[in-house]
Amino acid sequence: MDDSRTISVTVNGVKHRAEVEPRTLLVYFLREHLGLTGTHVGCDTSQCGACTIHLNGRAVKSCTILAVQANGAEITTIEGLAREGALHPVQEGFREKHGLQCGYCTPGMIMSAAYLLKTNPSPTEDEIKHALEGNLCRCTGYVNIVESIRWAAAKMMKGEE
Amino acid sequence: MFPASFGYFAARSLEEALELLTKHGEEAKLLAGGHSLIPAMKLRLASPRYLIDIGQVPGLSGVRVDGESLAIGALTVHADVASSEIVRQRLPGLAEAASVIGDAQVRNRGTIGGSAAHADPAADFPVILTALNASFILQSPSGKRTVGADNFFIDFYTTALKADEVLTEIRVPLPPSGAGTAYAKLGHPASGYIVVSAGVLVIRERSGRCASARVAVGGLGSGPFRAAATEAALKGQPLTPEVIVAAAAKAAEGSDPVDDLYASADYKRHMAVVYARRAIESGVRRAGG
Repeated sequence: MDDSRTISVTVNGVKHRAEVEPRTLLVYFLREHLGLTGTHVGCDTSQCGACTIHLNGRAVKSCTILAVQANGAEITTIEGLAREGALHPVQEGFREKHGLQCGYCTPGMIMSAAYLLKTNPSPTEDEIKHALEGNLCRCTGYVNIVESIRWAAAKMMKGEE
Repeated sequence: MFPASFGYFAARSLEEALELLTKHGEEAKLLAGGHSLIPAMKLRLASPRYLIDIGQVPGLSGVRVDGESLAIGALTVHADVASSEIVRQRLPGLAEAASVIGDAQVRNRGTIGGSAAHADPAADFPVILTALNASFILQSPSGKRTVGADNFFIDFYTTALKADEVLTEIRVPLPPSGAGTAYAKLGHPASGYIVVSAGVLVIRERSGRCASARVAVGGLGSGPFRAAATEAALKGQPLTPEVIVAAAAKAAEGSDPVDDLYASADYKRHMAVVYARRAIESGVRRAGG
């Protein structure tokens, strides 16, 4: 069906206008149209969270959103998290605390964690685990992932003092 | 995976959505957050010819008090129901249910209206909305009607919504003082969908007796199941631990659950008793008992 739509979205601060088929999923738009392959496709069934991005400031699963639904939206992907060459504290935390093994789930984990710390700057361990329910790590590296996020939370709190 | 092709309309107003729905009827599906519909379309369980996206229609989102009710816009996402101050204070059972749906990302995108209209027998909102005696505002080109929860959820994935109607708002009566609401859930460990869950509204008299109770159980059939025997066993009785245990023991009476891959019918009946008891206990505590 030739029913392409023009959408305009701001991704990592850059405005894009693009023609998409209505059935194009947002994650494929980001990866294949914009070349932003940091956002991963894992399960493709809204479970694993590897495709997590921020849509208008909220963590969402981009495999379960149509690109046309994002028309007019502001999007941040893992590529847009570092500012002026400085890693986001959550990215630093994953490096410092060895929060990744194979790395496949990492972009989604980091996007979920960054959203958590924006809404709850000082989460308990339980709150971190609850916030990561929608992100699966098949290496089962959860202990260090939680540690990484605690490290990031502490650093961000310190930075605000 | 991607859905089959479809024609797409982004409605800018409710009127426009209604016009499109009238024009395309059964061939069209409304799209809100898309967190039930898009997965079904990706699996090709659903292949609607047209999608009418109401996600950006103004005025259909948010929680406000209107008289004796809480009015929740159909496009309000689960996370906003869960974090709403007024919901947490006056209807903690509803906040509880909203906070355990799916996961954080799903709660940021899925909508209360979408969940209700989809009527998945394993979804959380239908259960708690039935317990809370919510009403559903259905708008069609010819006008508006209100349907109570007991008549809204009809069968598996089937509600009272007609093909030309849009669910615009859900109204939940604000319980009187001395009332308690609660939701208790046994979720499937992988999917997060309910195996069994229970929602309650308990109204307690000053004497400590139960003025009335509504108890809805999910997971026992095609939709929320009103545990009438439990409700009857609470009404007029002092809300002692013994009375609660005896009432909860009747939670599956009259239901007809079936075995599935995860749980046998017997197990579901047993869990209905356990989770109804937990929800009633929690509701009674909140009612001050």
